[in-house]
Amino acid sequence: MSERGVTLLSACISNGSFSCPQHWACPPAEMCDQTFLAITFGPCDCCSDTKPLMNIYLKNEPVNYCSLCVERMACQGLQPNETLATLKMESETLKTKLEEERAKLHDVELHQVAERVEALGQFVMKTRRTLKGHGNKVLCMDWCKDKRRIVSSSQDGKVIVWDAFTTNKEHAVTMPCTWVMACAYAPSGCAVACGGLDNKCSVYPLSLDKNENLAAKKKSVAMHTNYLSACSFTNSDMQILTSSGDGTCALWDVESGQLLQSFHGHSADVLCLDLAPSETGNTFVSGGCDKKANVWDMRSGQCIQSFETHESDINSVRYYPSGDAFASGSDDATCRLYDLRADREVAIYSKESIIFGASSVDFSLSGRLLFGGYNDYTINVWDVLKGTRVSILFGHENRVSTLRVSPDGTAFCSGSWDHTLRIWA
Amino acid sequence: MSSSSNLITMRKIVQQLRFEAKINRVKVSQAAADLQQFCLENAQQDPLVTGMSSNPFKPPRVCSFL
Repeated sequence: MSERGVTLLSACISNGSFSCPQHWACPPAEMCDQTFLAITFGPCDCCSDTKPLMNIYLKNEPVNYCSLCVERMACQGLQPNETLATLKMESETLKTKLEEERAKLHDVELHQVAERVEALGQFVMKTRRTLKGHGNKVLCMDWCKDKRRIVSSSQDGKVIVWDAFTTNKEHAVTMPCTWVMACAYAPSGCAVACGGLDNKCSVYPLSLDKNENLAAKKKSVAMHTNYLSACSFTNSDMQILTSSGDGTCALWDVESGQLLQSFHGHSADVLCLDLAPSETGNTFVSGGCDKKANVWDMRSGQCIQSFETHESDINSVRYYPSGDAFASGSDDATCRLYDLRADREVAIYSKESIIFGASSVDFSLSGRLLFGGYNDYTINVWDVLKGTRVSILFGHENRVSTLRVSPDGTAFCSGSWDHTLRIWA
Repeated sequence: MSSSSNLITMRKIVQQLRFEAKINRVKVSQAAADLQQFCLENAQQDPLVTGMSSNPFKPPRVCSFL
């Protein structure tokens, strides 16, 4: 089986990480009852009988086991008296217990604690720059660490690098697919990553030579079995974290294209992800169509915490600047703040007059303001502590699809289905 | 095959729940107070909160004699 095929199989075969303590393989639960994916026919690595074999991974090594040995292995991990019924009951009791534990600590609301805090003054935020040039809906954007460059991607397959001060276009790449839903700037500013309906994440090194054909230097890094919804470089140019419509997130090595870790736990498309600010360690949060926001440990692949209070798809997640909390924006027209140490939702940002979903959220530098881009063409600015709306910004002529605050907090950029990006300050 | 894969899925769910139940939690009052403190400490350095006029995106104000 080809290298690519093996990687694909390991990405879609499991509902759990292969680095779990018992080191046993996990056949896909979605498989049809009567058949399994037979890739080869030959002697089983375990019992030596010649049978149809499954290619599975044990301790990150590929092996070929027949279905009987896979079943035997699965049952080895069970304690005596553990059956489907007892496990179901245990999971119900645990879920109730989890709710009780969380409720016990819910002694006060965030906005009550913040009553004494001075209210924010009137905000005058206007569009300072409009970036025109995309031929179709802008789907995603990211700032460069130099606080002036921006990369944006759109439905027509174009990825453009802009200088936000001058509004000049510095680079443009045409991707072979349409709907480029994810793009990210490398920390060094020397490369951009993007992907979408091609199921891949590709890295383009940016050169100073304007005449150079960027598409020629393209490097395919990630490979998923469904569309790429979000991507982000970790602290260096060397690793990329991706999330996909196939329900998984994955960490890749840019140089070799190798899968370093995969994250399984969402039961539907994963739409967004955000890395914890560097001081707080190796975790990231992801949100998906299963209404769950999961916090993951990047090294072990384990899901550390899970939050399910939204009533619809979670379109965007963003960490609070201190790393102790994160905000999420969802199709249920609310944005919510979850505190990681209290392990619960601590604030909801909503109004009866807001009925369209929030597509994208980001915090200001101190975390006092939460900017939300909505599908009703507006941007709402929320006071994070008091839970009230501070300002509503008009300007876009179609849905706001993406929103990011600049690295130094002086401005934020929003991209929209009206083909433009706007810089607000 | 289906019985074992249901069992496996169930086992994974229970393992995950056991793990999640064990984590240390703090009271919301404590967590909220910390979030508030972080906000207030950093508010002065936040250009969008303080509305500083030396913002590179805002046009510089020019005074002229009438």
